[in-house]
Amino acid sequence: MTDKIVDAPVETQKRTDPPVAQKLLRADQARDTIRGGVHTDLRHDSAIKHVTGRAEYCDDIPEPAGTLHACLGLSSRAHALIRAMDLSAVEAAPGVIGVLTAADVPGVNDISPTGRDDEPVFATERVEFWGQPIFAVIAETRDAARRAALLAGIEYENLPHALDPDAARAAGMGYVTPPLTLRRGDAAAAMQSAPHRIAGRIAVGGQDHMYLEGHIAFAIPGEDEDVIVHSSTQHPTEAQHMVAHVLGVASNAVTINVRRMGGGFGGKETQMNLFCAVAAIAAKKWNRPVKIRPDRDDDMTATGKRHDFVIDYEVGFDDSGRILAMSGDFAARCGYSSDLSGPVTDRALFHADNAYFYPHVLLNSHPMKTNTVSNTAFRGFGGPQGMIAAERIIEEIAYHRGLDSLEVRKRNFLGDAGRDVTPYHQTVEDNIAPRLVDELEQSADYRARLAAVKAWNAKGGVIRKGIALTPVKFGISFTATWYNQAGALLHIYSDGSIHLNHGGTEMGQGLNTKIAQVVADELQVDADRIKITKTTTEKVPNTSATAASSGSDLNGMAAQDAARQIKERLTAFAAERWQTAPGNVRFVANAVEIGAETVPFADFIREAYMARIHLSAAGFYKTPKIHWDRASGKGRPFYYYAYGAACSEVSVDTLTGEYRVERADILHDVGRSLNPALDRGQVEGAFVQGMGWLTTEELWWDANGRLRTHAPSTYKIPLASDRPRIFNVELASWSENREKTIKRSKAVGEPPFMLAISVFEALSHAVASVADYRECPRLDAPATPERVLMAVERLRGAG
Amino acid sequence: MTDRTTIGFLLNGKDVTLDRVAATDTLLDFLRIERRLTGTKEGCAEGDCGACTVLVGRLRNGALRYEPVNACIRLMPTLDACHVVTIEYLSGPEGRLHPVQQAMVEHHGSQCGFCTPGFVMALYALWMENPDPTEAEIETAIQGNLCRCTGYAPIIRAARAMTALGSPTEDVLNTERDLVAARLAALEDRRRVVLRKGDSRAILPASVDDLAQVLVETPGATLVAGATDVGLWVTKFLRDISPVVFLGHLEGLRRVEVTEDSIKIGAGVSYGGSHRVLTEHFPHMAPFWDRIAGWQIRSMGTIGGNIANGSPIGDTPPPLIALGAEIVLRRGESRRTLPLEAYFLDYGKQDRADGEFIEAIRIPRPDPNTRHAAYKISKRRDEDISSVCAAFALRIEGGRIEEARIAFGGMAATPKRATAAEAALSGREFDEAAMRDAAATLPQDFTPLSDWRASAEYRMRVAQNLFQRFWLETQDGAAPVRLSA
Repeated sequence: MTDKIVDAPVETQKRTDPPVAQKLLRADQARDTIRGGVHTDLRHDSAIKHVTGRAEYCDDIPEPAGTLHACLGLSSRAHALIRAMDLSAVEAAPGVIGVLTAADVPGVNDISPTGRDDEPVFATERVEFWGQPIFAVIAETRDAARRAALLAGIEYENLPHALDPDAARAAGMGYVTPPLTLRRGDAAAAMQSAPHRIAGRIAVGGQDHMYLEGHIAFAIPGEDEDVIVHSSTQHPTEAQHMVAHVLGVASNAVTINVRRMGGGFGGKETQMNLFCAVAAIAAKKWNRPVKIRPDRDDDMTATGKRHDFVIDYEVGFDDSGRILAMSGDFAARCGYSSDLSGPVTDRALFHADNAYFYPHVLLNSHPMKTNTVSNTAFRGFGGPQGMIAAERIIEEIAYHRGLDSLEVRKRNFLGDAGRDVTPYHQTVEDNIAPRLVDELEQSADYRARLAAVKAWNAKGGVIRKGIALTPVKFGISFTATWYNQAGALLHIYSDGSIHLNHGGTEMGQGLNTKIAQVVADELQVDADRIKITKTTTEKVPNTSATAASSGSDLNGMAAQDAARQIKERLTAFAAERWQTAPGNVRFVANAVEIGAETVPFADFIREAYMARIHLSAAGFYKTPKIHWDRASGKGRPFYYYAYGAACSEVSVDTLTGEYRVERADILHDVGRSLNPALDRGQVEGAFVQGMGWLTTEELWWDANGRLRTHAPSTYKIPLASDRPRIFNVELASWSENREKTIKRSKAVGEPPFMLAISVFEALSHAVASVADYRECPRLDAPATPERVLMAVERLRGAG
Repeated sequence: MTDRTTIGFLLNGKDVTLDRVAATDTLLDFLRIERRLTGTKEGCAEGDCGACTVLVGRLRNGALRYEPVNACIRLMPTLDACHVVTIEYLSGPEGRLHPVQQAMVEHHGSQCGFCTPGFVMALYALWMENPDPTEAEIETAIQGNLCRCTGYAPIIRAARAMTALGSPTEDVLNTERDLVAARLAALEDRRRVVLRKGDSRAILPASVDDLAQVLVETPGATLVAGATDVGLWVTKFLRDISPVVFLGHLEGLRRVEVTEDSIKIGAGVSYGGSHRVLTEHFPHMAPFWDRIAGWQIRSMGTIGGNIANGSPIGDTPPPLIALGAEIVLRRGESRRTLPLEAYFLDYGKQDRADGEFIEAIRIPRPDPNTRHAAYKISKRRDEDISSVCAAFALRIEGGRIEEARIAFGGMAATPKRATAAEAALSGREFDEAAMRDAAATLPQDFTPLSDWRASAEYRMRVAQNLFQRFWLETQDGAAPVRLSA
């Protein structure tokens, strides 16, 4: 204690201020630049809390006395009628307070995010997938609830089920949501007249999010109709609406709070609604706090994943490998309800051209209803599945023409006028894919390494190598145009400390850090002066999901708008108070220059407060330029594109199908990076997650429709030893968004995920060597060791 | 001596004594719910993600050793006389970061942060043992930790940097080692411990002899060593397994003895604890052993448990069968010895009577003329269950195969020898044709299943191809036939 007294700063003039204000004041001592401005490597604002275990996640919030715990009762049939349901043993189990079924939903028994009324909280007469919630049991402890849930007696009458798109088509299951067609030119005629044609098919598996923190919601009842729900959702506003909907109350009765998520990746966009709804219904029914945190197995069984696709394609091309016509049918395993399958399957079509120009094109989506969990958003949101089809087509052409696939890619890039239009009629104005690819080709030494790979394989050994360089072009904006808006709330307190809220949620991506940097830059204060607290529907209303890579684009602009409003008021105040022109007021590092005088920021704020200046502002932003007419398949759905390129080299054991990624080189475009360290983290993480999707992450349902890969013991995401042995990641330092985005940066969450397609094509390249590259290997994703070996064996058999 | 009815342990800096402990209470729930030490996270509750990693220290032959474990499947009774160290114990006074934490912060090693405490604890354990690890050693140390955000690259960078930020000799677990050892020694009173809570009964025998007696006295007891499998019966299937007899604490079962003709490994020796002796005598086992689960599970799980539970996909039986291992089964004072392969009768059925337990595994010392190989094929390289596990031991004298022992896992309802292939090889000249002919016999002995790990077709094809790999690996100067580590 004595040490602290000795260390205390001697600030005689400010005796009446609390010590924290003194600290802030000391921070204002003259420095040329602020700490943590934009374009700097400011570390994640929670980094120290992460490493010390002090970061508070939803399950760490202290539970008020009387807190109850809920557990879902899930169906054990893929498709069946519920003949009878006996929950008496559940209710009689030790510690049980009661059960909830559809009959206990006071409002509407539906949480369909698109208003299609096809997703009940609790199934009633019929279950449509294995793992569908039928009831919830509420008990004194989580353990008691889990044990009780097992005691339900449910009689089913089985109905036929269809688990995948092919089976669904054969069974006439239909679509869960209207399909999309994109058309430009006359694909059929151009296909007919093309010198060469290939028709093929690729099946692309889904992916579980495997966020380390599973789903969780913790509802605390309030007076009247009020309820507060702490949750780990990417979409607080939607959770608010859904809770209001199931409770039959107005949205103003419901508050959703999110401090941080232990990972989201799209899996907590709509899927958390179920848990928020159940916790809130129970909390209001028993007037006690209720928490629901499913076990990992239930989490993976009862919540949606990335869509699997079966893609049938046909491509017509000339001798040089240039595409003349392309047609594709994209059938997706959507699951039993629509959820986000409409926009996901739309986005698959939007990315079915990747970075290439299709002179004539016809693309159809087929959002198939299946008796599986309803699939949902996952990083890339259909884009990866569309893009991998484009890259497969390039590979097919390259093998057919005996060309290097990179050469074929270059010949088909979107280009100048006449070759710059996408299948959805958006003109691509910012195409930097060719430059990125050229630079990466050089820096990764692609040509020499390709030759070395071929020389190695020519020796005919067991271990074969493969290399591939693939580009990414990813459209940025929600295709639901109204989602492209954001709000922020900024307070400056009279001590000069700053409190910031925005509509985005923190799931690890460092969004709060970036937004703080934006405000720091705008007000020219150190970033650590700005505190961003939990996201709450009370502070910023009508927010969009933190999704579609849009978090910093939208919320950064909204926060900047709020900061500018206050800055304007402060500038006017300074001009008046110091009797100078507004042009002579400048915000410099932790101070304000007014004419010849420099006032420390905290002092200045105190003066402004004393002069009764409004030090709070709500900011707002909406993305300009975008429009989309789904019916005609035309418009500008994307404000801009983010680009990247990756070159991967693999080794494959042709006796077992095992493989390693020996090296990956990445050059990725984030525009002018708000925070290069965080962006690099997104690129590295997305690449490895994308590798997982295309390699070892396999979802496997048994014949009864039960998902058997429902926990990390059976579902294998990449480990440290799976990452590339050599991993060179660069951000394109020269890139700057040509659109007026926040500080000319670009979105980074999703685009780098698809860089991992280079790993898949490198595996394919290694496999092709066993038949001397005469044929494009038939390889579906994920390319598990089994699929790789079987592809090798097929080619050997054919040779 | 009367039974003790409590357990005592150290939790970070505090003494804990508990009297009402269920056999199935987990350390993770105790930490998070009872003690509100919420830095330790639940990611999967099955020992696969590592978010709940804590260190557990225990006296081994008088020396205090800390190992990383999964708190989610660590059952509370097993903590008697242990020191439990959680993430909350790492930071210094006034929140000063530990070197491992500092390195993680500086290298942007966390994104969502949920896996981070687990990574910090695993890296902490590594740093104490090996403050300047290679990249390969880091990867092995974090095989049991999943991260979904970072792609691991920054975590590896942090692990490489941690050595420069501080020395383990100044770490609290080293500076207070003697003090903690004394406190733990005082908790060991060599008494039988019987814990009750509700209907649950957990017994910690006082010695191996006491274990033999307890098992005879307690019919139907569940025997638990590392709880890496039984832990899931508890957390996933909510099974009532009482009464439970724990044996992991018994020093008498944790001995490794090397005699003139054999290596004897006590049934309670963990995977990690047997690493040195096995790889010293059987170098081919080194890469194989490093691919059993992750470090946390290798610290907890035992070879005895891996054998006893009779899984057809356990990692250790195939290589041990190929090595000609025997197991010693004990009931009361009587013992019998079985060839390991004879223990596995059918799926879920082993040759173990009620009251009987595996006391030791005995492996004959290697014969200089025998060529060995152990292969594990899995969807993911590390911390995965094998789709096919294969082990070969061919005694070759004068170019002729005198004896062949070949065992497979994942190919049948039990770990099983490839008897037809062995017969096809015995007495033949060792050449590629012989291996090919032997591989062709596999369908006589095996009809593998299709499941989420692999199809029957793939399992059979890989099993056959491994004969070729074995052959190629014996050819000096040949091109590599296995992926680099």
